[in-house]
Amino acid sequence: MAKLVSLADGVAELVRDGDTVALEGFTHLIPFAAGHEIIRQQRRDLTLVRMTPDVIYDQLIGAGCARRLVFSWGGNPGVGSLHRFRDAVQNSWPVPLELEEHSHAGMANRYVAGASGLPFAVLRGYTGTDLPRHTTNIRPIECPFTGETLTAVPALRPDVTVVHAQRADRAGNVQMWGITGVQKEAVLAAHRSLVTVEEIVDELDPVPGQVVLPGWAVTAVARVPGGSHPSYTQGYSVRDNDFYVAWDEISRDRETFQDWIARHVLTTEVPA
Amino acid sequence: MTDYTADEMMTVAAARQLRDGTACFVGIGLPSTAANLARATHAPNLVLIYESGCLGAKPDRLPLSIGDGVLADTADAVVSVPEVFNYWLQPGRIDVGFLGAAQLDRYGNINTTVIGGDYADPKVRLPGAGGAPEIAASCREVVVVVRQSLRTCTERVDFVTSVGFGSGPGDRERLGLRGGGPRTVITDLGVLEADPATCELTLTRLHPGVTVEQARAATGWPLAVSAELVTGEPPTAEELAVLRALEATKK
Repeated sequence: MAKLVSLADGVAELVRDGDTVALEGFTHLIPFAAGHEIIRQQRRDLTLVRMTPDVIYDQLIGAGCARRLVFSWGGNPGVGSLHRFRDAVQNSWPVPLELEEHSHAGMANRYVAGASGLPFAVLRGYTGTDLPRHTTNIRPIECPFTGETLTAVPALRPDVTVVHAQRADRAGNVQMWGITGVQKEAVLAAHRSLVTVEEIVDELDPVPGQVVLPGWAVTAVARVPGGSHPSYTQGYSVRDNDFYVAWDEISRDRETFQDWIARHVLTTEVPA
Repeated sequence: MTDYTADEMMTVAAARQLRDGTACFVGIGLPSTAANLARATHAPNLVLIYESGCLGAKPDRLPLSIGDGVLADTADAVVSVPEVFNYWLQPGRIDVGFLGAAQLDRYGNINTTVIGGDYADPKVRLPGAGGAPEIAASCREVVVVVRQSLRTCTERVDFVTSVGFGSGPGDRERLGLRGGGPRTVITDLGVLEADPATCELTLTRLHPGVTVEQARAATGWPLAVSAELVTGEPPTAEELAVLRALEATKK
């Protein structure tokens, strides 16, 4: 049974310096509030894992929490580049950022292998691209049945995965729906997991297309209403597109960024 | 004649590439705009697939992101990301992949990773691969949309994020890529198509008012020009009206 915790206690207990941490959410259900709590608790030397390191990872990278990034697409979707990510790669600010770069298909399959308890996943991918030259975690493998050459990628096993979902019951059973990305795989692949939810209810009403993470498969659940803002939670909130557009300006300059973090993350406990 | 911008012409030309009833893997930005323009005009049964897991999305406004709620609300099905890539893209179920590029070379190879030859110390760090490498590998055909300039259309891309025709004929087969590759590139100046024999991108169509010299001057390799070069039709009044109404939904 998952423990019901406060966000601060959940992060304090489950996310440690030097950990490999995945905060997943494919545009929808991105655990922004948990990311901000990681910044507030000043975690350092994290290996951040995420298919689409967008604004929340730009914030974590700019705040100096990350040493390494494992990812497949780092941008502000529909808006442009991530300036803090770019500054870290191009100028090592605030600290150097090591990259392990994949494609979406590769990352998704790495989580699937992790969730499946397998050492690696196999896919048709990467062939002819320059990606395998820069990561040893992409390797050719021969099909034992046909002899065909395919691509193998190793399982991802984060120390801790953090996701946001619509709701949980008091036993920590979690229900999520809408665009559910790789959240289920990322939680099942991890050694520990923290799920923030909009609400905690006595009974979970079934919803079409829902994903259920049983309480015994989750380490801790924290009630954090609005915990995905400026991302969104289907049925509870809509995406704050204006914020994503505004982030481009906020993040472009180191000082403006630090000022924003000081005001909206370091000195507040409510989601910005 | 109606006034329109080069970007509007490019978007309309891209939309015209999409046939009704086909399945199209759509990236955000211009590809998404063009695909939705096609769906609102000549291709009402175009199936839009977004990598967030939305299959058959029918948005009534343009999403800012591939995971906007309007895509999930209007989709035939919302599936997980592993499912999109493993069950739908990988086996070759998608007709058209629609990609953008930061750099493109004469064989249709695409770079969206780094500008500058040194991966560890790049001049510009770009977002990276996303779904593009496997879209480029597996869709039956790929349409690339890019603004044509010496910066974007380069002799060699600095990093091969997604394979076009590699270094020429036979490369896709040798690499085991199952899709047909980037047969068509739509730019703000015209249309380039891969020559069936040489695989080289060849200018086959100019947008109204554009000259071959302008296209050559905006291309970083000696641009081949088709003997059957034509000038395309300008956007119709309907195409422009629908496109502008769609753009207005982005606010």
